[in-house]
Amino acid sequence: MSTLPFASFGGAIEFIFSPQESNVTGGNEVGGFDKSLELLLKHLEVTALALAIALIVALPLGLYLGHKGRGELFAVGFGNAGRAIPELAVIALVAVLIGVGLKTVAPALAILGIAPILVNTYVGVRQVDPAAVEAARGMGMSELGIIRKVELPLAIPTVMGGIRSAAIVILATATIAPLAGVETLGDFIINRNVYGENGLLAGAILVALLALTIEGSLALLQRRLTSDGLKVKTA
Amino acid sequence: MGSPALLAAAGQVGGDFFKERTSDTLPCQAQSNHLFCWDWTKENIDRYGTPTVQHLEIVLLSVLIGFFVAFALALIAHRNRWIQPPLLAATGILYTIPSIAFFFLLLPVTGFGRDTAIIVLAAYTLQIIYRNTILGLANVPGSVKDAARGMGLTQRQILWKVELPLAIPEIIAGLRVAVVSTIAIATLVVFINAGGLGTQMYGSGNLTFPTSIIIAAAIVMAMALAFDLVLLTAQRLTTPWRRVRSA
Repeated sequence: MSTLPFASFGGAIEFIFSPQESNVTGGNEVGGFDKSLELLLKHLEVTALALAIALIVALPLGLYLGHKGRGELFAVGFGNAGRAIPELAVIALVAVLIGVGLKTVAPALAILGIAPILVNTYVGVRQVDPAAVEAARGMGMSELGIIRKVELPLAIPTVMGGIRSAAIVILATATIAPLAGVETLGDFIINRNVYGENGLLAGAILVALLALTIEGSLALLQRRLTSDGLKVKTA
Repeated sequence: MGSPALLAAAGQVGGDFFKERTSDTLPCQAQSNHLFCWDWTKENIDRYGTPTVQHLEIVLLSVLIGFFVAFALALIAHRNRWIQPPLLAATGILYTIPSIAFFFLLLPVTGFGRDTAIIVLAAYTLQIIYRNTILGLANVPGSVKDAARGMGLTQRQILWKVELPLAIPEIIAGLRVAVVSTIAIATLVVFINAGGLGTQMYGSGNLTFPTSIIIAAAIVMAMALAFDLVLLTAQRLTTPWRRVRSA
């Protein structure tokens, strides 16, 4: 196999900002800033939706199981099995069996995010010093209060680690969402016969930058959410 | 866009799966909502042999290369603490870039095919193996190293005979995560024409039909489980003292 004769990083950058004639469309102009922005926003939308679903399912479940100290086999086993799920199969099966569009793709992507959030939340809560929990209970805190005000804050670094993994795997897999009719940035990549080779490269650049930006933002968010007491210990 | 992918997504299937059949003898996979077709599976299971072997080759080469690079980096960083933060950041960036994007970023340099696939998948394993090796070496108790030094072991002997054996559980834990995720992600190398089991889920611009996707996914997950168990067993065998402690 050969390299792409028509693709260059310069050409890809131009493709992102202004519509270009591609090497495959015979004079039609494709790409450009408006199209890039449209796909970027759709990519963000489906990622945020899927991450929200994964959080709603996995965070309470992980907190509950961790608090009760039950279901270790389930939580950890689910987390390990989750890593083995081929992303392509999830998107392909949903598209072929259930249907295309945001409503089916977002829950499918959420499946991939549930495992890392669940296992990290469980492990994070389990690692909380039992003495701290006992002290809270002795002060008359309710069980829900203990989860909210003691266990969750102490587990935040681990929980956020899981959320970051989930965000990255969802965002990465959203790249192949055009296979299931959701036009994300992956559209430039999947439909290379429409956008040409500079479009392909432009899609790759945008997806990579988006992933690094999201990861950086979540790392910052993690620092904001971590209580000052915990920061001193790790410093 | 009005792509072939969309047509396939709407429930149609690639024609090459039942070329010899006429329309009135279409087997069950021709019905788009049919979940799993045993008859087709019995006739066609041999078509998964070559993709499975390709998949295995790509995974093994990637993890092997990734392991040696990450292991070497970890040994260097173990002696020179100051490079640990920049190495962690660099491998973290490689880990964060989605693999599909990474494939195509390399296209102008390495082109379509297996080389690009292996480079990307190997780069993807660096972070987890590097981090766990560093962690394992850092967890070795200082008293053990002092004892070894007191017995007259050189720095190199301490590393290979004391520190690394004690770090095996963490190193293998990292390897397990790396292998399992690489097996799953290697389905995506179909997008750069590098073969593997992804070809049985998405081929020549089309999604295949449910039966084929399910079989390919099942092989991928079985492969991941098998490697996980092999590594777990290796970990047990290479750290006999752990068994004694837990017994």
